[in-house]
Amino acid sequence: MTYLDHAATTPMRPEALAAYTAVLADTGNASSLHASGRRARRIVEESREALAEMLRARPSDVVFTGGGTESDNLALKGLYWSRRGADPARRRVLVSAVEHRAVLDTVRWLGDAQGAEVELLDVDATGLVHPETLAAAIARDPQSVAVVSVMWANSEVGTIQPVAELAAVAHRHGLPFHTDAVQAFGQIPVEVGGDGPDAATISAHKVGGPVGVGALVVRRGLALEPLTHGGGQERDIRSGTLNTAGVAAFAAAATAARAQAPAERARLSALRDDLVDRIRERVPGAVLNGPPLAARPGEPGRLPGNAHLSFPGCEGDSLLMLLDARGIECSTGSACSAGVARPSHVLLAMGAGEEHARASLRFSLGHTSRAADVDAVVAAIGPVVERASRAGALTAVTGG
Amino acid sequence: MRVLAAMSGGVDSAVAAARAVDAGHDVTGVHLALSRAPESDRTGARGCCTLEDARDARRAADVLGIPFYVWDLAERFETDVIEDFVQSYAAGRTPNPCVRCNERIKFAAVLDRALALGFDAVVTGHHARLDPDGTLRRSVDPDKDQSYVLGTLRPAQLAAARFPLGDSTKTQVRREAAERGLAVADKPDSHDICFIADGDTGGWLRDRLGSRPGPIVDAGTGETLGEHDGAFAFTVGQRRGLGLGRPAPDGRPRYVLDISPVTSTVTVGPAEALDVHRLVADRAAWPHEGVLACQAQVRAHGDVVPAEAAARGDELVVTLAAPVRGTAPGQAVVLYDGDRVLGGGHIRAIGG
Repeated sequence: MTYLDHAATTPMRPEALAAYTAVLADTGNASSLHASGRRARRIVEESREALAEMLRARPSDVVFTGGGTESDNLALKGLYWSRRGADPARRRVLVSAVEHRAVLDTVRWLGDAQGAEVELLDVDATGLVHPETLAAAIARDPQSVAVVSVMWANSEVGTIQPVAELAAVAHRHGLPFHTDAVQAFGQIPVEVGGDGPDAATISAHKVGGPVGVGALVVRRGLALEPLTHGGGQERDIRSGTLNTAGVAAFAAAATAARAQAPAERARLSALRDDLVDRIRERVPGAVLNGPPLAARPGEPGRLPGNAHLSFPGCEGDSLLMLLDARGIECSTGSACSAGVARPSHVLLAMGAGEEHARASLRFSLGHTSRAADVDAVVAAIGPVVERASRAGALTAVTGG
Repeated sequence: MRVLAAMSGGVDSAVAAARAVDAGHDVTGVHLALSRAPESDRTGARGCCTLEDARDARRAADVLGIPFYVWDLAERFETDVIEDFVQSYAAGRTPNPCVRCNERIKFAAVLDRALALGFDAVVTGHHARLDPDGTLRRSVDPDKDQSYVLGTLRPAQLAAARFPLGDSTKTQVRREAAERGLAVADKPDSHDICFIADGDTGGWLRDRLGSRPGPIVDAGTGETLGEHDGAFAFTVGQRRGLGLGRPAPDGRPRYVLDISPVTSTVTVGPAEALDVHRLVADRAAWPHEGVLACQAQVRAHGDVVPAEAAARGDELVVTLAAPVRGTAPGQAVVLYDGDRVLGGGHIRAIGG
């Protein structure tokens, strides 16, 4: 099998699996006062310190959650409620138009049900949010902004945002800046301390840890209303019994990912470039979406494992099905709850037409990817595109 | 053979897919998403486009161990079935959306796409038999027979279709589903129009078409008996819900005889005025020459009457030996020789 959907989830790393199963076999609530509780607590705190260290944050900044979606919800709702509570005029929420749905649907709800005024920040054709765009949006009325959020790297087309500059723009006006770093963390350096973001979302299963654990790394002193109330764990921001095994595996996975990251970036970029080049040889009409493969100074960078292409005349879900039948697993981008592939909001925001957006596939490489995976795609892509375009021509003729 | 199984989430299509697997085919399950906003239909009636149905179909595919995908045909369904349904009612006709869906979606858009993608056939859970020579027959279960809603399909459409359930009764299908461990074994049958969640067709059409008031006129005297706010809420042959305060002079019930969309006039009269002796159908699937003695059926699960049918250009002229009552333009007429489907078309005109 050729698994090229690491951006959806990546196989658990051996270090994480070892830590996970070892701790799962042990009893202990990290909030208990006896020896078992202390043993669990020690694991949680050592994991917290390890993650904080690689994020250049303080250990107490790391708030463990149930995953990336929860962290995004906590950051955006928590900051919005807290800021609006302190100053009812602060109702504006500024987020990029290419966010993950965990951000977009959360702020949409804040708009529909909580009186927020949501503004989507435009991106350019590569998916990049220009700092001037954010500056202009803030400048329209700085006093009314509650929170700003721009993802660190895009989940579909891999665009790496100028997070430091964007955070600096927000900070000039004293505004809190959150970033969804789920795709970036473990692949490229993500740092939260200093002048960087005030809050960042990270998730374990994207770096080789288990599903069901993540963190919101949030600067201490930044007031945040909790989503869940209860036992007061995690600085009273996120109640609930700590997931000791998950947290241990998260730290183990992140530690391994970071140790390998410099070499992996070079290795995956080379594999990815080879994949894109050879696909374009086989399918001359294929179009790379997002930033160029090798960024020149001043150009946006791209996640090393990301290849996102459109195959004009084909439906992405036809391509996916045909590749799946040949044992090659990739993604069309965003799937809705019914499993229907809708044209990607990311590509539409980048200015692509609906047809171009529907014709896209994302291959995302990760720590288990090898040259043989690239070869498998290259061998299959020609006939697959040929078939899918036959079905696509049919759709075009009959007008659906 | 590479086979695409259309899986609605119901028991029939699940068992049909299972039988295709047992027959040794390489089966892929596909659920057709026909609603533009499936999440809004979560609490809808039993139809074929809710999230729950998609999940049931997926679970059945899991049990069968076959790949499963959702195909988004919402746009096609909206244009080819829903808009056609609305426009037909607006024009005073009474369409059958299931017939239309089979003609334009399942055995057109889906079938064509499947063939282009390399599949050899499309399997559905329709209760009908299809002989190797392409002859369509009624199901062995007369209560569940669906040959009528397939009766206007052309030979080319049927050529790549497979109906594995035609030799079984619904009871047998349900028992088999239970034996196979399919959770949909006792899922209720769907009856209503799948895109009208609450079954209130008149109200649904009023939302789409707005109020179009007009008179209710007596066919015999020409007298205006009442008013209505949309002729689309009426069907030829309808007796109840006319809202006429007083009975006919002779005390007999009145029926809708005719709907004129241009003047928004609904004409009512006695039952015998509904008798139809002759039908002209267009968009006909009729691969026969000359005049054929046959039996005609004009509605799903309706009775058959002896008839003679002959092609006239692209049209089909059907002469009925005994009158059928309350047939409306827009419905399908399907012609049988015993349990064998000869062909069919869409009623364009009726004659007394």
